[in-house]
Parts: sequence; structure tokens; C-alpha cells
Amino acid sequence: MSPPSNFRAQIESQRAYLLRYARVQLRNAEAAEDAVQEALLAALAGEQGFAGRSNLRTWLTGILKHKIVDAMRRSSREQPLGAGDAEAVLSDLDALFVEDGHWRDPPAGWDNPDRALEQKQFFSALETCLGRLPARTARAFLMREHLGLETEEICKELEITSTNCWVMLYRARVTLRQCLETTWFSDPGARR
Amino acid sequence: MKLLPCREVSRLVSQGLGRELGFGERVALRLHFVVCEGCRNFNRQMHFLRRAIRELPDSGDDSSH
Repeated sequence: MSPPSNFRAQIESQRAYLLRYARVQLRNAEAAEDAVQEALLAALAGEQGFAGRSNLRTWLTGILKHKIVDAMRRSSREQPLGAGDAEAVLSDLDALFVEDGHWRDPPAGWDNPDRALEQKQFFSALETCLGRLPARTARAFLMREHLGLETEEICKELEITSTNCWVMLYRARVTLRQCLETTWFSDPGARR
Repeated sequence: MKLLPCREVSRLVSQGLGRELGFGERVALRLHFVVCEGCRNFNRQMHFLRRAIRELPDSGDDSSH
């Protein structure tokens, strides 16, 4: 029996949001489309799972997360570590520091970061910066920060060592910090 | 007491976003932050980055609502 059509319509109304969510994570339009499709089908099949919950979007996003993790797991099996994803080596990042361990260029404060969070262009800048990260590094970072997985789970999903995982996350953060500083916080013009 | 170098501090800050730091580690960070503005900024920016990423999916075109 097919579910009542208004439930289907409600679910369908969330598609655009879910697609966007999946695209941020998977960085591949086709894979995002597939994950959302799977999530919507699972949602239709599991309508009773929703009963009594107040927020449809939250519920759907929860289902989608699982589909995204599945997709990531599949694609990380198919895709070898890229050169930029680098093994547990931090030598490139050591360039940020001088010999005695001090910053070569100590990070300066950012002007009004809270206001950036209210601006759409800031998030475009952030997405551009994410797009510049090596693929697996970005994935590990988003699994941690966006999906909220524990680091140990991420290592397992991506089949990498724990050290490698920590290094990837560190690299992602440091690189994103630098990218945001260059593209956003040091360019007042971009903020007006 | 010898302070941690900034290089180690930056790694510890990143680790602190993925696991509970030990007491000694937290103390070492605090002490370092007292005297080092660069690392204070770095730490703030790392936490800001986390907030920004969490708000990411809601930021874009959401015209269906």
C-alpha cells in the first residue's frame, strides 16, 4: 500500500534542502542525488518511524546521514588516497612554524567573525575553501564537523590509521583557516 | 615550567576538537594562551570554524520555505 500522498508531498518538499546537504558532504552531484533518493525511499517506507516526531527535516536528515556514510564508505574503497591526502606526514605544515616551534606568522585576530556567519557570501567562500582540500581530507573533516562522527569512526569508515586520521583533520583545519583568512577576513571589500 | 611550542599547541587544539583532552594538556594550553596571542587567535578561529561548518547546509538557497 502506498503511503498517504500528503506525507509523500511533505517529504518531497525537503528534497532541495537534502540535496544541498548531501552535496556539501559528498561533493559529487550524482552521488548526492543517489543518497537523497535512497533516503527519501527509506523515509517513505518508514513513515511510522516518524510518527510523533515534530521535525520532519531533522528526521529526514538523520536518515540521509546514514546514506551519506554508506556512499562515503563505498567511494573510499574505490578511490585510493590522493597525493594531497598525504600519509601521516606534517612536513608541509611545519613550514608554518620556525625552528623553535613558534609561528612564522602568528595568527592575527579576525574582525567580527560572528557577522560573517550571517552572510551568505561567507558560506560560499567556505565552500570554495572546502573544495580546495584534497578529497579524502575534506571528507574526513566533514564527517567529523558536519556529520558529528567520532574520530575513531571516521578512521574506520575511511580505512585509515588513527594517526593518519588526526593528521588529516589537523591539516584540514589549518588549511581552511588559512584559506578563510585569505579569501574573507583579510579582504574587507568582500564583507560589505 | 617550560611552555609548549606553538606548533604543539596548534596540534593539541585540533585534537581537542576530536577528543577529551587530559588535565595536563588543558593546563598546558591555558598557560600557553596566557602568554601567546597567536595561539589564542588560532584557538578561537578553530572553534569558529566548527560553528561555521555546522551552519553550512542551512546557509544556501532555501527558497522552498
